[in-house]
Amino acid sequence: MSARVSAAKAGKALAAACDNVRPGAADDAVGAVVPSFVAAPSSTAQASALLRACAEHDLAVLPRGSGSRLSWGVPPARCDVVVDMLRMGAVIEHAAGDLVARVQAGARMADVASALATAGQEIALDVPGPATIGGVLADALAGPRRLRYGTPRDLLIGITVVRADGTVAHSGGKVVKNVAGYDIGKLFTGSAGTLGLITEATFRLHPRPAARAWVTARVQGTAPEVTTMAAAMVAAAANSPLVASAVELDRPAPGGPISVGVLLEGSADGVAARAREMEGLLGSLAQVPVSVAAPPDWWAGIPTVEGGAAEHTLMRVSFWVSRLGGVLDAIDAAARETGLRPAVGGSAGAGLLYVTLPGGAPGEAVARFAGRVRAAIPAGRGSAAVLAAPEAVRGALAGTAGLAGTAGLAGTAGLAGTAGLAGSVPGLALMRAVKDQFDPGHRMAPGRLTWA
Amino acid sequence: MTISSLVPRMTRICGPGNVVTDPLELRTYECDGLTSHRATPALVVLPSDADQVAAVVRECAAAGIPFVARGSGTGLSGGAVPREDGVLIVMSKMRRVLEVDPVARRAIVEPGVTNLAVTQAAAPHGLFYAPDPSSQVVCSVGGNVAENSGGAHCLKHGFTVNHVTGLEVVTPSGELTWLGDGTGVPLGYDLLGAFTGSEGTLGIATKVVVKLTVAPQVVHLVLAGYATLADGGRAVSDIIAAGIVPAAIEMMDALSIEAAEAAVACGYPQGAGAVLLVELDGPAAEVEAELATVMKLIEAAGATEVRTADDPAQRFAIWKGRKAAFAAVGRLAPAYIVQDGVVPRTALGDVLARISALSASSGIRVANVFHAGDGNLHPLVLYNDAVPGEAERAEEVSGAILDACIDYGGSITGEHGVGVDKSRYMPRMFSDDDLDTMQLLRCAFDPASLCNPGKVFPTPRLCGEVPGHRRAPHPAVVAGQAAVSREGDPPHPPMEIF
Ligand SMILES: Cc1cc2nc3c(=O)[nH]c(=O)nc-3n(C[C@H](O)[C@H](O)[C@H](O)COP(=O)(O)OP(=O)(O)OC[C@H]3O[C@@H](n4cnc5c(N)ncnc54)[C@H](O)[C@@H]3O)c2cc1C
Ligand SMILES: Cc1cc2nc3c(=O)[nH]c(=O)nc-3n(C[C@H](O)[C@H](O)[C@H](O)COP(=O)(O)OP(=O)(O)OC[C@H]3O[C@@H](n4cnc5c(N)ncnc54)[C@H](O)[C@@H]3O)c2cc1C
Repeated sequence: MSARVSAAKAGKALAAACDNVRPGAADDAVGAVVPSFVAAPSSTAQASALLRACAEHDLAVLPRGSGSRLSWGVPPARCDVVVDMLRMGAVIEHAAGDLVARVQAGARMADVASALATAGQEIALDVPGPATIGGVLADALAGPRRLRYGTPRDLLIGITVVRADGTVAHSGGKVVKNVAGYDIGKLFTGSAGTLGLITEATFRLHPRPAARAWVTARVQGTAPEVTTMAAAMVAAAANSPLVASAVELDRPAPGGPISVGVLLEGSADGVAARAREMEGLLGSLAQVPVSVAAPPDWWAGIPTVEGGAAEHTLMRVSFWVSRLGGVLDAIDAAARETGLRPAVGGSAGAGLLYVTLPGGAPGEAVARFAGRVRAAIPAGRGSAAVLAAPEAVRGALAGTAGLAGTAGLAGTAGLAGTAGLAGSVPGLALMRAVKDQFDPGHRMAPGRLTWA
Repeated sequence: MTISSLVPRMTRICGPGNVVTDPLELRTYECDGLTSHRATPALVVLPSDADQVAAVVRECAAAGIPFVARGSGTGLSGGAVPREDGVLIVMSKMRRVLEVDPVARRAIVEPGVTNLAVTQAAAPHGLFYAPDPSSQVVCSVGGNVAENSGGAHCLKHGFTVNHVTGLEVVTPSGELTWLGDGTGVPLGYDLLGAFTGSEGTLGIATKVVVKLTVAPQVVHLVLAGYATLADGGRAVSDIIAAGIVPAAIEMMDALSIEAAEAAVACGYPQGAGAVLLVELDGPAAEVEAELATVMKLIEAAGATEVRTADDPAQRFAIWKGRKAAFAAVGRLAPAYIVQDGVVPRTALGDVLARISALSASSGIRVANVFHAGDGNLHPLVLYNDAVPGEAERAEEVSGAILDACIDYGGSITGEHGVGVDKSRYMPRMFSDDDLDTMQLLRCAFDPASLCNPGKVFPTPRLCGEVPGHRRAPHPAVVAGQAAVSREGDPPHPPMEIF
């Protein structure tokens, strides 16, 4: 959109399609890109008309939920219209007897949770923050309970999307068991807004557990005994028939003590008994574990280091759990070799750790750090992706190790580190083909996934 | 290029003995578990590894010849029905368990490995493979992936898609690629999830990374007899309302109980109108309390008889009746149609009533076996194909049952897939735009529409620029070709566990 005239025309077309359109303001900016318009549709029909208007006027579109994570990843190459989903915040249907709920994509996770709680049910996703349903799906995010319940794709049973050309499409339905047709919902989890707009989603629900307990243990001593012991504890907890809902790890400083936390959920008596058994299991391996009624203060957070979050570099490292010890050692080694001081934490029992590097780290050191960690993961059995980094670091990574898009997918260069078991990039060519089919004009969140 | 000219190339790729051209032998591959749809393939190949599969597919792609993958051929929607003008790629030589990593709870298997063999490989580590279709002794993991198969225990433990974390696939153009890296942490679009359940239309899986599940501390199975399905249904609702998620909740009606009894003498309560099976599994500290609650609710709903089974042998004896139900129904009538519709669980009562009304008005008997916990019905529509018109009436009843499922917001298939059998019902469930959108995925993977074409979708979508070219249907294998015998091949190469 170059000329003023066409901007005015486009604005009119958008206003005709959607009853809530305004010019973009400075705080709508994503990175340095300020959108020309912010449009907030109130229904799937309006969203459809809106995207059709965008298609007719060749406008680039960026979906936005609560906007909490737009700063992660790479700013879009082009963004004419931000589609603000917050007006679509309703729980459309809660069929408690069927353990199913249909919600609009702009609904906040927390609001949906309180609505479902009235019937003693929940979507078993514990993503922290102000997230919306659409943001959680688009970024394929899950919190600690992913160990037991999986990620959004495991709980999503139906979806409504609006394609780049305005076409409204559904897949799945409102029954948990259903194999009719392709599962477009799976495709849209992790799509980071690049395939189309999610407007509604249907989830399978679980009964809310009556009781919870956290069993935590601290491992300290000298390396590498600490990492070996922590890895053994994580494996024992995650592979125990006591059925942990989450097995998390926290290591605030390299070479320092490691905390392992295990979440047990169930009936009051059952949880109490299992917590005692879990204490015994971990106690046979390490310092006296304790069970507590509230989560430890480090639970479920992105590991923190000093300074403003905007300056931090955030990595997500995934691996087969049998490699946990090796990954922790590699992070230590990388810290020694680069002089960076990472904080590490995350869903170790599910093969996932977040690594936060402090601000002011030279881009070149971050690139070396990431490379060192990647080297500890056998080819095709995990990845080390940079989720968020200040611009200077992004620049350095772009040349070497690569940078993750919002879904955690590393940029083209960095994908070398995520090679498949066969030694090639898992499905990259197919992902590009899918992008070309769904968004031939490349107007949906262009550049957000650097490879798309 | 003709199919006959492919024979030497296929023989070079797969080795002599692994290419079938003998017309009689080709006919043994003409259908899957749904015998009403048949086609004799022009050529059958049995590759031994992923590279061979890729080479075979490249030949087909270059020649514009359609191809279909086949696992164990137990599918119930005609998904593996071959093309008369195409190549059938049979996975039965790819049966190795390549790796078991008990700490990561992962195994890597070839697609021809049977479902049960995965659990057998995992069992020494206290692990099992959770999806358990009733056909698990024979059906292949590749077929499970293609159909996103479920099983009695998927209510709590999930379907195939929840237990596959990586796939090596041969794309329809013949390239080997990985979808997912085994971790379960998504990277970009979830192509792994989209491939699972795509019924062999997006490529051929050549290695499967599966998630293994920790074997439960205790398992309790409860069997209850009821006078009516409605009574049993009440027990199910009450159990769910109590916040309990059993591993399985299954129901059978009088007709299927009678059939199962005749077939395997499972000893279910005589004359019961319904049998309910509820299995609980998990940590002892939780399950014992759940069992007490379930027993109370089952009694309160008016059970006429209740039994429990705690040890594997007792449980097996009880499950035997349920798992044998499909085959057993064959005793009640010369022919039957297995349906696979799904309704929201709370609509089960209404839909069962509609089925019984349909049965009464048409004179066609219907036996009901169903996964009561998730609303997946398996009505078995019985008929006599020797009586003129009865097959058509049975087909009508069967279609009307699917309509009832759709009316209640359900699905035409819960686990058996669309295949060739139900593609005509897809427009009843999805709009043209829905189907068109799904086919965008097809176009991304298989623009030439050579990979299991004619399945799932009632009408194919044109994908724009189509590389390669399509062939007219091929007559049959040209006369004078050397028939290649497979005699002497070991049917199941020995399993290797590393
Ligand atoms: C372990 C962990 C800890 C976290 N801790 C915190 C925390 O402490 N504080 C915090 O603020 N966040 C935290 N987050 C991140 C938080 O989960 C995200 O803020 C949230 O998931 C994003 O939701 P959102 O609605 O803000 O999405 P947005 O940030 O608005 O969007 C995220 C992405 O999804 C796309 N998108 C959004 N809606 C749609 C739609 N309807 N259709 C298509 N695409 C769409 C956007 O284009 C964008 O690419 C954490 C995440 C994890 C995994
Ligand atoms: C008695 C009986 C009971 C059954 N019970 C159940 C049940 O409880 N739950 C359930 O879900 N199903 C059940 N089924 C259906 C059937 O067993 C499943 O669909 C099974 O997954 C099919 O596996 P298969 O190896 O026999 O596949 P096939 O029938 O050979 O093929 C099925 C589909 O998979 C494709 N395919 C096969 N291998 C591959 C591969 N490597 N890559 C890509 N595509 C491939 C084929 O092209 C075809 O479309 C039952 C069937 C019978 C006969």
